[in-house]
Amino acid sequence: MLFTTLKPKQRLLSHLDWLEAEAIHILREVAGQCSNPALLFSGGKDSICLLRLAEKAFRPGRFPFPLLHIDTGHNYPEVIEFRDRKAAELGERLIVRSLEDSMQRGTVVLKHADESRNKHQSVTLLEAIEEHGFDACIGGARRDEEKARAKERIMSFRDEFGQWDPKNQRPELWNLYNARSHKGENIRAFPISNWTELDVWQYIEREGLELPGIYFAHQRPVVLRQGSIVPVTDITPAKAGEEIIDLQVRFRTVGDITCTAPVESDADTIEKIIAETATTTITERGATRLDDQASEAAMEQRKKEGYF
Amino acid sequence: MTHFIEDHGLLRLLTCGSVDDGKSTLIGRLLFDSKSILADTLHAIEKTSQKRGMQDVDLSLLTDGLQAEREQGITIDVAYRYFSTGTRKFIIADAPGHEQYTRNMVTAASTANLAIILVDARKGVLTQTRRHSHLAHLVGIPHLLVAVNKMDLVDYSQQRFEEIKRAYLDFAEQLGIRDVRFIPLSALKGDMVVERGDRLGWYQGPTLMNILETAPGVEGRLTQPFRFPVQYVCRPQDSSNPELHDYRGFMGRVESGAIAVGDAVTILPSGLGSTVKAIELGGEALHEAVTEQSVTLLLADEIDISRGDMIVKSSELPTQTKRLDATVCWLAETPLDRARTYLIRHTTRDTRAKVAEIAWRVDVNSLEKQAVNQLAMNDIARVAFKLAQPLLTDPYAHNRGTGAFIVIDESTNNTVGAGMIAATGA
Repeated sequence: MLFTTLKPKQRLLSHLDWLEAEAIHILREVAGQCSNPALLFSGGKDSICLLRLAEKAFRPGRFPFPLLHIDTGHNYPEVIEFRDRKAAELGERLIVRSLEDSMQRGTVVLKHADESRNKHQSVTLLEAIEEHGFDACIGGARRDEEKARAKERIMSFRDEFGQWDPKNQRPELWNLYNARSHKGENIRAFPISNWTELDVWQYIEREGLELPGIYFAHQRPVVLRQGSIVPVTDITPAKAGEEIIDLQVRFRTVGDITCTAPVESDADTIEKIIAETATTTITERGATRLDDQASEAAMEQRKKEGYF
Repeated sequence: MTHFIEDHGLLRLLTCGSVDDGKSTLIGRLLFDSKSILADTLHAIEKTSQKRGMQDVDLSLLTDGLQAEREQGITIDVAYRYFSTGTRKFIIADAPGHEQYTRNMVTAASTANLAIILVDARKGVLTQTRRHSHLAHLVGIPHLLVAVNKMDLVDYSQQRFEEIKRAYLDFAEQLGIRDVRFIPLSALKGDMVVERGDRLGWYQGPTLMNILETAPGVEGRLTQPFRFPVQYVCRPQDSSNPELHDYRGFMGRVESGAIAVGDAVTILPSGLGSTVKAIELGGEALHEAVTEQSVTLLLADEIDISRGDMIVKSSELPTQTKRLDATVCWLAETPLDRARTYLIRHTTRDTRAKVAEIAWRVDVNSLEKQAVNQLAMNDIARVAFKLAQPLLTDPYAHNRGTGAFIVIDESTNNTVGAGMIAATGA
């Protein structure tokens, strides 16, 4: 009555090979099922993995989708430089749509000048989707990032307003993905849903992927504010009375400057980052995303409003 | 020092049971004792536990995802959890146990290779246990593990454990479940989950974590016939690179079996034959491709192949059919409408379909078969479909990849049904 235990040396995929194979399958399903997809590329580590996966999925052909970046105007310059260079190296089309354009159009209105622009990206994204008629957007979100994401489908349906309805998701069975949508609706496809932060770093190491420098330990002027390390930049100057210190830090996630905090670290190689990730005691978003700390349901709320 | 989890790959498992069985606590315990919970997550659930006036940290809070669920204190949708040990990565599909959520359990079970079925040691085998076991078996999960939980509440009694085991085996036999193991544990106290503890000395078997680390993955599918549904055809036609002028790569994922360069293949539905000239992954040439691997196949002959076609070994052909007899789980709130035409998606192929017959519906609690005229959400029934286009199928019991399909309502594009193709004559 007992099932026999596993025999080694059988031709099974390693966990990274399995995750890679699943992601390639999902990318090809998007290409096969959707008529006009786009891949969201920010220059961050998760979307850098997506680009490698797209190469594995579609070379020697071109990608069957352009790259799309929603630029808040508050990104680290080295990330933007990296984004443009990477797209050029791959010979793929990069579309950049800027939140500042939405502000000029009046579709994004900030409550005050230094309100975080992060959540307003949804508006610019929806405008870009409409402008280009995209029926699917491929993103690098992972289920281990956040509680609301743990329940999101790999092919996640958004209505005409870009809204995610967590209680009314399409059942997703086997590897039979349903990426169908009517005009105006949109599918968000997440090929690395099943990856963890550690998987991402291990994949980056295995594939020898290049990353923007701010992922590695470097000296940076920062202030300590409410338990977080806040980088001091033109956009995020120190407040009166705060002491600016130089700290050895690295970024675990890269996004809008106003809501992405670095962690103290001396990991200046991928190997050291993996060692640190394997033994860290704080979750990726917990450590570094000032926007998710607002409340336990902050991400769920943003996603319902059309966020990635 | 990095630790790669190379040897035992990845295992997808399903946990069945309700909050009352301690399912969420068990998952929390696996994550907690394998050190997959990080300090800030733990801190958040400590705060919530205190707010609710609990003395200990409620590990079940780790798996409560959505706002609505936290408010109602129940799990309403499948959630996926990740942890890894030194030798293996695990994906847990956490399915709610309530009766009305049969569809969620079927969804969660569809990708699992092992199911943990939780039994409360005080209550023993219940209707719910039978329902979960039946569904897990129906969806073809190869390995069942019955975890007799809350042993701390029955004084860690071996006698009680053996009683439950006997009762379970009695009905498992009726269902035809053969591959099943039993383990006594206390998720709350942590006995026999990751650590053995010292209160279950009479149990000589491995801990739950040991079982998970060594349980078989998808080995069984390696020896099945080769099935390669074509997802996408790569024709670069890059004028700057004449070598690519005639390149035709057939892209897909190996659903089962394996293929090597030089193997004779047949392309379906056309029935044309060729041989495998090359196997590629991201520009790298491979000698062979195995189950679950995503690759590109190049063939020796120029054949017109498109998405929806299937490449198989010439010696192992699937069934080509315009009629499906299948066990169907209805997933949508709108009942199945016999007058309507639906879309069936099977591998990478779609076809329109109409219901020819509903043979019976099975009561998931009593296992009795009843005659019905329509299907409502959570119903499980034997349904025959007439198809507009032929599909290339194997019985689900032999091959999950080519035996499964989903039913789509074209007016909403919603996935409304899940089907498992019956063996011919079954």
